[in-house]
Amino acid sequence: MKQHDVQLDNDGKLRHFLTTEGLKKQMLLDILDHAENFSSVSNRQVKKVPLLRGKTIANLFFEASTRTRTTFELAAKRLSADVLNININTSATTKGESLLDMLHNLESMQVDMFVVRHNSSGAAHFIAQHVAPHISVINAGDGSHAHPTQAMLDMFTIRRHKQDFTKLTVAIVGDIMHSRVARSQIHALNTLGVPEIRVIGPQTIIPKEAAHLGVHVHHDMQQGLQNADVVIMLRLQRERMEGALLPSEREYFHMFGLTEEKLKLAKPDAIVMHPGPINRGVEIESSVADGPQSVILEQVTHGISVRMAVMSMALGRSSLAEGQN
Amino acid sequence: MTERPQNQDLDTPALLDILSSELRNLLQSRNIENPVMIGIHTGGLWVAEELHKTLNIHQPLGALNITFYRDDFTRIGMHPQVQPSNLPFSVDDQHIILVDDVLHTGRTIRAALNEIFDYGRPASVMLAVLVERGYRELPISADVAATRIELKQNQHIKLNRNEDLSLSLSIEEEAK
Repeated sequence: MKQHDVQLDNDGKLRHFLTTEGLKKQMLLDILDHAENFSSVSNRQVKKVPLLRGKTIANLFFEASTRTRTTFELAAKRLSADVLNININTSATTKGESLLDMLHNLESMQVDMFVVRHNSSGAAHFIAQHVAPHISVINAGDGSHAHPTQAMLDMFTIRRHKQDFTKLTVAIVGDIMHSRVARSQIHALNTLGVPEIRVIGPQTIIPKEAAHLGVHVHHDMQQGLQNADVVIMLRLQRERMEGALLPSEREYFHMFGLTEEKLKLAKPDAIVMHPGPINRGVEIESSVADGPQSVILEQVTHGISVRMAVMSMALGRSSLAEGQN
Repeated sequence: MTERPQNQDLDTPALLDILSSELRNLLQSRNIENPVMIGIHTGGLWVAEELHKTLNIHQPLGALNITFYRDDFTRIGMHPQVQPSNLPFSVDDQHIILVDDVLHTGRTIRAALNEIFDYGRPASVMLAVLVERGYRELPISADVAATRIELKQNQHIKLNRNEDLSLSLSIEEEAK
């Protein structure tokens, strides 16, 4: 079965959100529009709407995360759902219970949605194929494969600042090879009609097949940043350094770190984004991360609205009520 | 085929005049001097825009989109969205005039009241509607209604905004 089919129910509505790949433009726009509406909820006295009252959402985090887990939790709570945070390290898997046994146990507790983060690519997809028909799965990051809600909150942030996707040059800088964020962003940017997507980084961490993703590859940052409207910096994972794919942090910063100087090559109104957590002085200079062009903290805020949108779309489908799927 | 009972009652500009004068009287009788007004998307907001002008309300007009408060969300799912709610004032201790085009089952008003109370604690809420139609499913009634009509279950009354921004009500019958 093709992956994008798994994500939709019989009516073509979003059932699971596993990847931005293969989803239609209108679906991505629906997510952004719903998120736009949810964003007003966070500015109220009571930051809560009763939409998912009575629904239970389990956060299954097999890999550590603070920002993603908390924003998923907040999103669920602002929709009035009940949230279970399951810390996998200390739970059953260490006692030898299989993943599927654990899922089936949670299903027996009438959970409606699993939010899954896992260090293996394809984990969320695997879970989605094995859950009971009424359950939705949201991928909160699987290995180096996909992180669709991060990509959509980035699209939301870009649209807030730049409106028209079809006129943009977007530069993504850093470890493209290991980045599920970059992969999901590239699919979403392509679908939304961004004409010029650039990936910038040393040869060792740009996948050879990158060109097939519809992007332009640059190994020279100065060249890659020219006239960009959006500059997305990726987190440099320190373990890549030990794996000998990269030179020292200092050398990396010198070549691919975003400094005020290099940012001047982009358009004067370019925005600077980063999925976090940031390594100050490694991929980004502090004065840029905290500077006027940085929208990094806005991205965090937008993450709540986007996750509210995706959760309510997946759990508010008519086919659920009719018992079909 | 469209049946139009009580067609003479659906002179929409006249109904708007009736609504605004009845509302003025009600405010006077209750000694409310500085009310705020909230219209329910989409038809209620159109009516509210008219009333807001004719009643000379000082505070800006509020708009309510009750999508997130509907009781049929789990049955029909997410709606294609109109504009989000926007209340450009604090509702605390305010006298609120809630405006909708048609009062029917009362469910929309139930949702609207819940949403308003998530913004704060108003001093009072009164309900003004252009048309009160029979058949309530909840214990809700309008404080002011420009007209009251009875329709068959398969008939729908709808407020439209014309190109010149004038409003007109129409009754449509669903084929059985």
